[in-house]
Amino acid sequence: MPATYEPIATTTLSTAASSITFSSIPSTYTDLRVVFVGTGTTSVGLKARFNGDTGTNYSYTELFGNGTGVFSGRGTSLNYFSLDPQRNLSTTIPIMNTLDVFSYAGSTNKTTLVTQSDDENGVGVILNMAHLWRSTSAINEISLLVFSSTITAGSIATLYGIKNA
Amino acid sequence: MPNTYQLISSNVLSSNVASVTFSSIPATYTDLVMRWSVRDSNVSVNANNFIYYNGNSSTTSYSQTYFRGGNSNGVSSTRNTDDNDIYLGYNNGSTSTSNTFSSGELYIPNYASTSTRPMSSFLANEENSTSSGWMHINAGLYRGTNAITSITLTASVNFLANSSFYLYGISKS
Repeated sequence: MPATYEPIATTTLSTAASSITFSSIPSTYTDLRVVFVGTGTTSVGLKARFNGDTGTNYSYTELFGNGTGVFSGRGTSLNYFSLDPQRNLSTTIPIMNTLDVFSYAGSTNKTTLVTQSDDENGVGVILNMAHLWRSTSAINEISLLVFSSTITAGSIATLYGIKNA
Repeated sequence: MPNTYQLISSNVLSSNVASVTFSSIPATYTDLVMRWSVRDSNVSVNANNFIYYNGNSSTTSYSQTYFRGGNSNGVSSTRNTDDNDIYLGYNNGSTSTSNTFSSGELYIPNYASTSTRPMSSFLANEENSTSSGWMHINAGLYRGTNAITSITLTASVNFLANSSFYLYGISKS
């Protein structure tokens, strides 16, 4: 059986940084998956962008639970993906995010599925999101970033490629 | 490139058991994924399913935030602090539609770390009934200070024969 789930690149921050970028992503896979586990040097939201696009081409629909109820929401015409719109990165407890990008090398708009698994023994959120990037360009770069802060040293982000054959 | 989604161990039950443990998990991977398909002998439509790590079910090392929906009752969210285990949700019990098994997945990033570790799980059962069937999505936290070397799933009563469990390791290189 062929290998169909392969690591493309990984970053473990040795020092705090405002972003983690995977560039020159080959177009040889079917789908991509990013797994992030980490913290922020301040309580700050984790974002993502494709191909460095800062245009208002991102939107999402979310479903989340926070221990008191289950809610849904929507964001339109944003200039980034929010990976944690309901709860920022913790400064102490690592949070897990996954980002699945389907048909990333195709010529249609790109749909992604994002999860956030955040429990901090007293607060937290479990979140699933459908994201849309309204671009027909193949994705060759994915950046995880925070604004006006940094991602803590020791945080890990790994990019995997998934093949259908 | 190497194949990094590798089967570490599997267990397809030949008889009913109250729990299943994957032990001596090597520290050579980056993340762990466990998938299972189970049915429980609990005389009920739904049967609770839990996990704990490293045999640690007696201390308050776990917490969780989850939401679930189904059973025609809408959706709800719950948070538990200082728990003894992680609650995965409902499996099919013995009075649910025959020959129906629930399916679940657990993802543990950075499992060999000795610091606090998050996890996520997804569990679903569907049985062609207008009054039952659930989806359960969980964010859990394990505050143990040792690397995860074993994972135990516990049934409500017993996992029935033919229930299956698969543990995979994922490497980043």
